[in-house]
Amino acid sequence: MIDGGYQGKILRVNLTDHVVKEEALREDWAKRYIGGRGYGTRIIVDEVDPKVDPLAPENKVVIATGPLDGTTAPSSGRVMVITKGPLNGTIACSNSGGFFGPMLKRTGYDMIVLEGKSSEPVYLWINKGKVEFRDAKHLWGKLVNESDQLMREETHLEAETMAIGPAGEKMSMIANVMFNGHRASGRTGVGAVVGSKNLKGIVVRGNLGVTVADHDKFAEAVRATREILAQNPVASGGLPLYGTAVLVNIINSTGSFPVRNAQDSYFPEADKISGETLRAQNLVRNEGCSDCSIACGRVTAIKEGKYKGEHGGGPEYEPIWSFGAMCGISDLNAITMANYLCDRYGLDAISAGSTVACAMELSEKGYMPAKDAPFPLRFGDPDALVESIRAMGEQKDEFGRLLAQGSYRLGEHYGHPELSMSVKKQEFPAYDPRGIKGIGLEYATSNRGACHVRGYTIAAEILSPGLDRLVYEGKAAVTKFLQDLTAALDSTGTCLFTTFGLQAKDLAQLYSAATGFDCDDKEFLKIGERIWNMEKLFNLKSGLTGKDDTLPPRILNEPITSGPSKGEVEDLDKMLGEYYSLRGWGKDSVPTKDRLKELGLEDLS
Amino acid sequence: MKVLVLEPAKCTGCRACMDACSFEKTGVFNPLDSRVNVITFHEDLTFVPTVCSQCETPYCEQVCPTAALVKNTTTGLVDFLKEKCIGCKQCIVACPWGSIRINHLGKEIIKCDHCSGDPACVKVCKAEALTYVEVEDVVSGKQQGVAQTYRRIAAEMAKGVNP
Repeated sequence: MIDGGYQGKILRVNLTDHVVKEEALREDWAKRYIGGRGYGTRIIVDEVDPKVDPLAPENKVVIATGPLDGTTAPSSGRVMVITKGPLNGTIACSNSGGFFGPMLKRTGYDMIVLEGKSSEPVYLWINKGKVEFRDAKHLWGKLVNESDQLMREETHLEAETMAIGPAGEKMSMIANVMFNGHRASGRTGVGAVVGSKNLKGIVVRGNLGVTVADHDKFAEAVRATREILAQNPVASGGLPLYGTAVLVNIINSTGSFPVRNAQDSYFPEADKISGETLRAQNLVRNEGCSDCSIACGRVTAIKEGKYKGEHGGGPEYEPIWSFGAMCGISDLNAITMANYLCDRYGLDAISAGSTVACAMELSEKGYMPAKDAPFPLRFGDPDALVESIRAMGEQKDEFGRLLAQGSYRLGEHYGHPELSMSVKKQEFPAYDPRGIKGIGLEYATSNRGACHVRGYTIAAEILSPGLDRLVYEGKAAVTKFLQDLTAALDSTGTCLFTTFGLQAKDLAQLYSAATGFDCDDKEFLKIGERIWNMEKLFNLKSGLTGKDDTLPPRILNEPITSGPSKGEVEDLDKMLGEYYSLRGWGKDSVPTKDRLKELGLEDLS
Repeated sequence: MKVLVLEPAKCTGCRACMDACSFEKTGVFNPLDSRVNVITFHEDLTFVPTVCSQCETPYCEQVCPTAALVKNTTTGLVDFLKEKCIGCKQCIVACPWGSIRINHLGKEIIKCDHCSGDPACVKVCKAEALTYVEVEDVVSGKQQGVAQTYRRIAAEMAKGVNP
């Protein structure tokens, strides 16, 4: 018997036959994997063959919330999309803010499991626990923001939506699942899997409450954690004031801000695309996701130039970098427009920008013939950026179709996959491992390919006085610790940004008060480690090996040519062995039987 | 008397006020049971909080056939006496602000009572879009804001600039 936090039911949707059924949430799994990322991954591990074609009907998608979704726990409205990802075949989990997660719970379900494939485009309308399959032929081809509005008009204006855009429909390998029209589950191509099932979206509206096991203990934990965040200079200072783009000047000043497809890593024009400039030039107001006291979200508008009058959400730090420095572009309005387009088409803005940068280098070096692009592709050209994103979103020509597969497949097509700034085919984000050593280990070992939000070592290496960014010692331990913490945190439905102030013990307290399960910081981290190892086992069975735990050759071999990190390369081997040993894995990156037994995963090995 | 001041321009749309209100009043998180409500306009991402204004001449009180809604001249609040309510819902129709709400089951009338002087919604509003302020301070605060404009103009004039 679960006392609180969960609704206790999972909705299973068979898209082939258009039938649904309800299942009880398993209490033993809730205790072992929390919910969200952990519980959802367990479902995929149990039900999906790791070698299945990710775009085949046999693949499944779990849309999952955690036990803190729908409460006043700080920044607790995350929703997670878990599936076998098409970009690289790994276990893919991509999470998003907005309001879909809390509203899904109010329909009475903790999670939705999507199975099979509909013969025609449909969307789901889940209204107070009643589920309808609705025709979506008229929505197919519509942009994400249009789909959000149309689906709400056809159902209920105050409902919350999930939708894919044209990128997901056309199964781009870097397609997002979008929530509330502009919040993204943005990595690993999860949108393509939803598109492969002919599912345009899901609309939810419910009237049920979310209870917690211990009212007074929970109220006190909420008060205490909100107070910690209110006193934190990042969560209550930099992020609300400048958004995540506060990082542009900070990271560039360390010379770890990859420029022109990482040919360099210091961008002299960084301040033209900084959070400070965005605030002065484009910010309309801040936006908070459900129950968030940080409100890093930017509501913006373009006030001059050829995109004048366009408005939307963002850009965040990562797209400002991928469209900006990575493409050699300092026109913030063009960058903002590229970001709006990615949201509308449903494209991963990190991968999209990095793919354009890769195309620009392929073109400048002569590897990609000029005739293959409908316009000249040169670093620093804002028009080439915006038109490339359009081409990628619409896939009307070979150029667009090629770019929509991401930088790895693009580079491979022209015989130069080494020019893809990716790990396990997923483009890395806006921190150069040559200048921030620990983040390279995180990119190399992340279970979904290069990623900063599996274990955000930047918090320890740059944003707090802790570890020297250029040393290797201690980075393996901090990477493992943050990876485990984040896996558990993601499973509760809480935003990563709370960890600027909150520690494992604070999160364990919220989780424990909500669910009634005993949990302290040690147990919380152990659950995280269990989830990490479970993801790893899936990846090994899908065919990945230790050889895939690496970085682009450029990062390992080509020194940065200017700025504060001039001369640096990343020596991954100085950290990787220690990391495997801390994880209790062999040198081949395979978990040992002993460690799996300690974690209670022996049944999965 | 203190009042709840709503400033839509500061609202980030996080709706924590709604979750906090329902938890305070019912022990369960359910925005449909919240006395305060935030309307989101998705197209331009505008967020507008709404709550009972505790009117001096409340229409809800006037239409209530059982005196379940009564202006309390001591506290300044419009009190809702649940035991007198017959559920006719005329107060919902009468309220010009839509601030008399109905709970998640569509049966019980709910309205804001300022949580006995310590509103739960205000405690979670980091953006200060909801504040709880003495009514005369609201007025003087507004006058201060307007006066600042004149102060700037006066400073310009002192520099010989004709505004």
